[in-house]
Amino acid sequence: MAIAGLFCLGASTFVRTQAELEMLPVQGNVYVLAGSQGNATVQIGGEGPLLVDTQPAALLAAVLDAIRTLTPRPIRHIVLTSGADQQAGGAANLAKTGRYIRVLDSIDPRGADLRSSIIAHVNVLNRMVAANVPSDRWPTDTYFTPQWAVFSNGEAVQLFHVSNAHSDGDTVVFFRRSDVVSTGAIFDATAYPRFDPRSGGGIDGIIEGLNLVLDLAIAGEGQEGGTVIVPGRGRLSDETDVANYRDMVTIIRDRIRDMVAKGLSLEQVKQGRPTADYDGLYDSPGGEWTGEMFVEAIYRALSGGRR
Amino acid sequence: MYFSPCMRTTYVVGAAAVSVLLTSSALAQVDLSGAWGQRFHEDAPERGAGPEIGDYLGMPVNDAARRRADAWDASKWTMPERQCEPHPADYGPRGPASLRIASTLDPVSQDVVSWHVTALWMLQRRTIYMDGRPHPSPYAQHSWQGFSTGEWEGDMLTVTTTHLKEGWFRRNGLARSEKATLVEYFIRHGDYLTLVTVVKDPVYLTEPLVRTSNWVANPGFQLSPFSCIPTVEIERPRGFVPHHLPGTNPYLNEFAAKHGLPAEAARGGAETMYPEYLERLRQDAGGR
Repeated sequence: MAIAGLFCLGASTFVRTQAELEMLPVQGNVYVLAGSQGNATVQIGGEGPLLVDTQPAALLAAVLDAIRTLTPRPIRHIVLTSGADQQAGGAANLAKTGRYIRVLDSIDPRGADLRSSIIAHVNVLNRMVAANVPSDRWPTDTYFTPQWAVFSNGEAVQLFHVSNAHSDGDTVVFFRRSDVVSTGAIFDATAYPRFDPRSGGGIDGIIEGLNLVLDLAIAGEGQEGGTVIVPGRGRLSDETDVANYRDMVTIIRDRIRDMVAKGLSLEQVKQGRPTADYDGLYDSPGGEWTGEMFVEAIYRALSGGRR
Repeated sequence: MYFSPCMRTTYVVGAAAVSVLLTSSALAQVDLSGAWGQRFHEDAPERGAGPEIGDYLGMPVNDAARRRADAWDASKWTMPERQCEPHPADYGPRGPASLRIASTLDPVSQDVVSWHVTALWMLQRRTIYMDGRPHPSPYAQHSWQGFSTGEWEGDMLTVTTTHLKEGWFRRNGLARSEKATLVEYFIRHGDYLTLVTVVKDPVYLTEPLVRTSNWVANPGFQLSPFSCIPTVEIERPRGFVPHHLPGTNPYLNEFAAKHGLPAEAARGGAETMYPEYLERLRQDAGGR
């Protein structure tokens, strides 16, 4: 029944912008701005929107238009689930349209920085600094502990750091009252998970991040509904969908680990097609991140760079 | 006469439709509401005790489906996140599925706005919308029963379902993907109800899978209450996923050996659905 209700609401309130973004209600105070390049999670309320990830910088106007269909208030917080371009790209410009008053600003408003706050794990900031990213794109508020929290629009919002997954600065966001988890790039409902060892990413971290999401998610009666999961990209999901994805990633990792243990070369592993039974779901031949790239990345991670 | 796979599907569904039109009035919509007792005479061994591991015979599956099923481990069902999974809409009628069907009526026009079908096993509940609403966005959630819309074609209710969560064609690891669509035909002849299901799956099938299931009116039948709370049945390392690595599943050949079948037949595929395949097996056996 809850799912049927969700479908009804989704069908009646979505907004299709010129940039082909769709705004759908998720649950409670939370919405998703979905697009082909990824999802932005939007929590609304009296204090102003909190966003988890944005959209590419080129879609700034469309993102703002879509958010204004929900609320006229300026964006208060933007949480980045990693430092990847598709997450951080739009944050800097979007923050300039927002408003977040800190304690210091209220004491001495002459020096006020009224932009939205941009929140991320400290490793996101460290990597931006090391890469000479312009400072206006840096996170304004960082955390370095395993967990952090923000109280926003009447609900507790928990941030969980996932080590060495998509990168070394990943954050999973849990909206406790709305019962919604925003995963960032560790869960891509349309593709194999992407990770980059040069940014501190790794396959075991991806799996651990997915297991963390499963720890947070609780399914409703009949394994239907319950906690809603907003993936980094693709359709809204739930515990079972994440379990399916976790199983897929774990099984492929185990297969490649077994092949590496048997001394197979990368070419031999590719010929063994360890992703063949899932390619129809997650491979995009010719795309930016293919099944073959996924296999190669796992192989290199597990073989210590053997070729 | 040779029928292409597509023509065969059309023939089966078309024959069912013609049968209905010839035997009942096309003027009035049929009332499906009430309690229905399931008949298990079709494919009883598979639907009762369940299929044997490695039995893909008669299923139009592709190589990806076989690989996935070869890796499947029944211990999957011991995982807490799996214990309360119901059957999805396309498999539900194959399981223990005595039904209760009810309708919601428009208070003014008295038109049926939606049908509600509840099946015995785990009380799977689905809604079939009859008010012409569109299917949800591709970004919307999927569910076990999917999103269903129906329309009458004469006395036959045709139901189209999208947004299905990943399910199974057989309970031995033959997976049905979330990209599949389901078209069903509810056909009532007096006290008998027949359901024709057609599943198209671009990920794991090479042809549509067509199956039928049957019920008899059973007034007064009550569905049993049901609830499920998962628990930890086996202590395991965090994140452990039961599966067989390629080439290590020791049970895959048991089905073919037990029934004296060529191993190739047990691997399934579209050609194993059709009577001509028996003749081919005989010829192969004669040649050996």
